[in-house]
Amino acid sequence: MEQHIYAYILHNEGAIDDTAFELLTAAKKIDPTASVTAILAGWGPDLDAVCHKAAASFAEVWKIENQALSYPDAELIRRLLVRIIPGRSIFLLPHEHFGMDLAPGLSIMLDAAYVSDVVDLEGVEDVILKAVRQEYNGQVSTHVDCDISSGTVITVRPGSFKEDESEGVNGQVVDKSSEATEEGMPETGRHFLEMVEAEVGDVDITQSEILVSVGRGIGDEENLEIAFDLAKAVGGDVSCSRPIVDNKWLEKHRQVGNSGKTVKPKVYMALGISGAFQHIAGLKGNPFVVAVNKNPKAPIFQVADVGVVADILDLVPELTDRVNEMKGGKQWD
Amino acid sequence: MEILVCVKRVPNTEENEIELDSTGADIKRSDLVYSVNEWDNYAVEEAIQIREKYGGTVTVVTVDTEAGDEVLRRELAMGADKGIHLLDRAFEGPDGRGIARILKAEAKKGDYDLILTGVQADDGAAQVGGMLAAMLGWPYASIVNHMEVLDDKRVIIRREVAGGNQEVYEMDLPCVLSIQTGINEPRYVSLRGVMKAADLQIPVHGASDLDLSPDSIGESGAKVKRRDYFVPEVGDGAEMLEGTTEEIVEKLIDLLKAKGGIR
Repeated sequence: MEQHIYAYILHNEGAIDDTAFELLTAAKKIDPTASVTAILAGWGPDLDAVCHKAAASFAEVWKIENQALSYPDAELIRRLLVRIIPGRSIFLLPHEHFGMDLAPGLSIMLDAAYVSDVVDLEGVEDVILKAVRQEYNGQVSTHVDCDISSGTVITVRPGSFKEDESEGVNGQVVDKSSEATEEGMPETGRHFLEMVEAEVGDVDITQSEILVSVGRGIGDEENLEIAFDLAKAVGGDVSCSRPIVDNKWLEKHRQVGNSGKTVKPKVYMALGISGAFQHIAGLKGNPFVVAVNKNPKAPIFQVADVGVVADILDLVPELTDRVNEMKGGKQWD
Repeated sequence: MEILVCVKRVPNTEENEIELDSTGADIKRSDLVYSVNEWDNYAVEEAIQIREKYGGTVTVVTVDTEAGDEVLRRELAMGADKGIHLLDRAFEGPDGRGIARILKAEAKKGDYDLILTGVQADDGAAQVGGMLAAMLGWPYASIVNHMEVLDDKRVIIRREVAGGNQEVYEMDLPCVLSIQTGINEPRYVSLRGVMKAADLQIPVHGASDLDLSPDSIGESGAKVKRRDYFVPEVGDGAEMLEGTTEEIVEKLIDLLKAKGGIR
């Protein structure tokens, strides 16, 4: 394939993000013979360190260094990329908060097609790239044809591609800083002020071994009681998915997922949680997952070890009673 | 403040299971219940709250078939001031860029200080807001979960990033923001609101009203096309427990005990 592939690499405090090596796998699914160029932006010794590391896996590494890039502001980086990316390129980046901020506008500025949140890629035929996406919260998948004749920007769902572990590529680091910034830093109309860290709550679900996690299927705030009762019976903590926090029924620090906490319990009970990928992304350490959901098609059943198609409002109180009975008549306390 | 909010009518995935139809290449559409995209509803609420504090007008716009009228009226009933329905046979079958192009043409006809979209809709692409901003040359921020108006030239916004952290930015107006769920508590639609909205005239604009050439929009202008829908063969998936509630509870307890799920 004549079109060159670029991968935008996220990094933090001198460490390369895992998604970098997933992008490399994705690139090779577009073109197995591709020589992929990694692009890293930032400032200072950390940037040199990550560029050096990236060169072990990527044939070429483009470094964009400027003090204004010490915090990765997508609005700024997009405008710099447009100055150095040739037309008709294929540009990959992860579909997370940075990629979602940067990519749609980049596709317009490069006059390229845009395919977002791909979970698989099936190569190129003629000028058509075949991609796989999901719709309706993961309930169905779609094959997507993308005309890449004028280039394309693709965001890749984190965790969907295996990390490419090939090293020893001994790639070349090319300093693109002056080419990207010789016209000066672009005025974006958006100015980074600060990062506000998540508040620390009364329970730290990242340390819990047993999590009783509730989603939309709980139906009503007052029904949360059944989750707390079960958690108490089994000796676990209550966590939740995003809609529960959106409704302000539970605090943000109990939310599992991309925008919440990453948890690593031994046992995870997903009660009335559909299993959107943003939620599943917060589940690490290969826990034993029990899913209870009314909808037999809920994506959570694809990742659970054990599933029950039931209304949690019926099943959970029964389960709690039985656990308490078993533990010795504590059901009345 | 003049605010434009882009909304979309989507199948309500809480009410519906999305299933393949008999062709196996499309989803069953006959029994679907539609509603306004959840993210968009938060965006409309945010716009209404800004208008209540600072004055101005909230306009809701959609690109849809005749059926789109329903969601525009719902958002008008909630408190938006005006609706605009972008409707033309030439608008059918677009990709995200096609939608953004149509919205851009409409946005240019007005004098907006702020354009809001939802973070994403039923296809999960999260693309139209960012494309629209780039087409207009306006600043953009995605996944906004908090905002305050500083004055008629600037807003402070927070973006939701990993781990519950938030990036804080100051942004110049006009700008485009994609709004995350949970930013506010969308109000319920009152009966009085519904009755008031039922009588409002909603202008309909087509390709010629917007000076759009049909080959740049709709299916003919789309570089990205959905070929089919399918349900992937997944690995083993979950072992499904069946039987009476009692039997299921017993099995669950055995499993939980074995895996350390009861202490």
